Amino acid sequence: MSVQSASRWGLVAQFPAPLIARFARNKLAVAGITVVVLFFLFCFVGPLLYSTDQIHTDLTQVNLRPSGAHWLGTDAVGHDELGRLMYGGKVSLLVGLAAGVLATVIGTLWGSIAGYAGGWVDAVMMRVVDAGIAIPALFILLVVSAITTPGVPGLIVILGVVSWLVPSRLVRAETLTLKSRDYVLTLRAIGGSHSRAITRHILPNSVSTIVVAATFQVADAILLVAYVSYLGLGVQPPSTDWGGMLSAGLTAAYSGRWWLIVPPGLAIILVVCAFNAIGDGLRDAFDVRGRG
Amino acid sequence: MDTLLYLTRRIAQALVVILIVTVVVFGLLHALPGGPARGILGPQATQQQITLFNHDQGLDRPLPVQYLYYLRQLLHGDLGTSYTLNEAVSRLIEQRLPKTLVLTVLSAVLGLLLAIPLGMWQAVRRNKPADYVITTLSFVAYSTPVYFLGLVLVLVFTQVLRWFPSQAPQGDTVAQVFADPVALVLPVVTGAASMVAVFSRYMRASTLENLSEDYVRTARAGGSRPGAILWRHVFRNSLTPVIAMLGYYVPVLFGGALVVEQLFNYPGMGLLFWSAAQSSDYPVLLGCVLVISVATVVGTLLADVVQRIVDPRVKAGRT
Repeated sequence: MSVQSASRWGLVAQFPAPLIARFARNKLAVAGITVVVLFFLFCFVGPLLYSTDQIHTDLTQVNLRPSGAHWLGTDAVGHDELGRLMYGGKVSLLVGLAAGVLATVIGTLWGSIAGYAGGWVDAVMMRVVDAGIAIPALFILLVVSAITTPGVPGLIVILGVVSWLVPSRLVRAETLTLKSRDYVLTLRAIGGSHSRAITRHILPNSVSTIVVAATFQVADAILLVAYVSYLGLGVQPPSTDWGGMLSAGLTAAYSGRWWLIVPPGLAIILVVCAFNAIGDGLRDAFDVRGRG
Repeated sequence: MDTLLYLTRRIAQALVVILIVTVVVFGLLHALPGGPARGILGPQATQQQITLFNHDQGLDRPLPVQYLYYLRQLLHGDLGTSYTLNEAVSRLIEQRLPKTLVLTVLSAVLGLLLAIPLGMWQAVRRNKPADYVITTLSFVAYSTPVYFLGLVLVLVFTQVLRWFPSQAPQGDTVAQVFADPVALVLPVVTGAASMVAVFSRYMRASTLENLSEDYVRTARAGGSRPGAILWRHVFRNSLTPVIAMLGYYVPVLFGGALVVEQLFNYPGMGLLFWSAAQSSDYPVLLGCVLVISVATVVGTLLADVVQRIVDPRVKAGRT
């Protein structure tokens, strides 16, 4: 996007230098960004430096303790655990990011249309959101996964479709306050269309809310996909993700193989914490109401 | 009168939400590849068998007709029959739900008993080291998958220290569950951990808000001791919104129970749901989803109503 079109979309005005400075002063948020970058390097560049076979099983090398040859030991079918952490992390990060973004996009469209339309359209659309929130995401996710046994793209879509509700509420609230602003009323008075009002004024002015919501959404999606995989209904072997690596965790715990539990668990916690910290930092920098 | 009107409107709204939930659940049931017939008859069934089954069950009728039929069954408390357990779903849930409630209520009580004093203490010692430490810990706990915490607890307390058994009580009735309290410790603690994280944050925020209210300043100016103000006024006013949050927290509690029951092999509704997911037992899955969704709607409704009745400021639209 060129600078000119960026400014037309109100994006430049939304990201002034003081904002970045304010964000950079938040140590927790900067630490969050650092952790996320490091994990991306670890998962996507790491395999180039520490190459392991994550497709074939090696039954002569199962359940080895951490050693010089296998820094984090091996799992029950002989995969190198450190290599598996990178391999599974790719799926966790990609699914989390994509699903978080998808959920935010759906939620933003739904919320802005409901808030802008108002009246009974708004009432109906928001009752649908209420109903969606009443059905716990984890349960609906398990039902759909059980029925369809999805691959990675399928998981992204399902996760996105079940978790757009919170962003839609936030964007609707934002739209309600924006739609009666003078510039929107002026646009309508001179004959501008509704869709123009939404895409040119309401959405660009809601950017801060949307970005903050998206960050939290990614954190939630990474957690949620880990739950589904842990319960055995996520990505299927030989592919895996951090949650899937823990699905054999109970057997590992009983036999004291801590190296099969602690690394993927810590990876999930660190990344989810990092995204939440970034979200908190952005929320404070933008000075918008997010969650919690 | 005002409150009555509000109640009526709020209940009507809740009913509409439940109706939409039934549409979603019904839609899922019919979005299945091959439909329920495949699920019951198995993948080997011939086309002829499927057609016959669909005709017998009324599945070849138009969808709206089927939906109304489904609704009528629901109103009679009929949630269908399990494919694998050969029992009415309503009966299965009836057997399992009390055990899940034992687990969730104990976890919630333990969680609140820890979270409320913790949050208040943080608010009083705002921006001091202790506040930062607890805030960080709850931040981490919030980002921790329940099962990971459970796995670490199993590893430490059943394998290394050998203090607690790794299986939850296996009894069929609630009384039998309570007969083995030691076995309940790990599941309840695992379930309570995320509650502590979330609710201590609410309590901290709520207490801070109340501490800055005029009545606190007035009481302080009148010479009341800080401790007395905190417990007599601030505590009660801060607690209301936090307790109301419990209503909104119902789905999270059930989600936690699902994982805890699977992890500790506790035969409640969560484990029923999990095994149904493994065997694609759709009537059980959808029956559970429906029951939990209704519980959530009722929880939210209660939370809204309680807040409105207990805290007159909500009615005035101040909070």
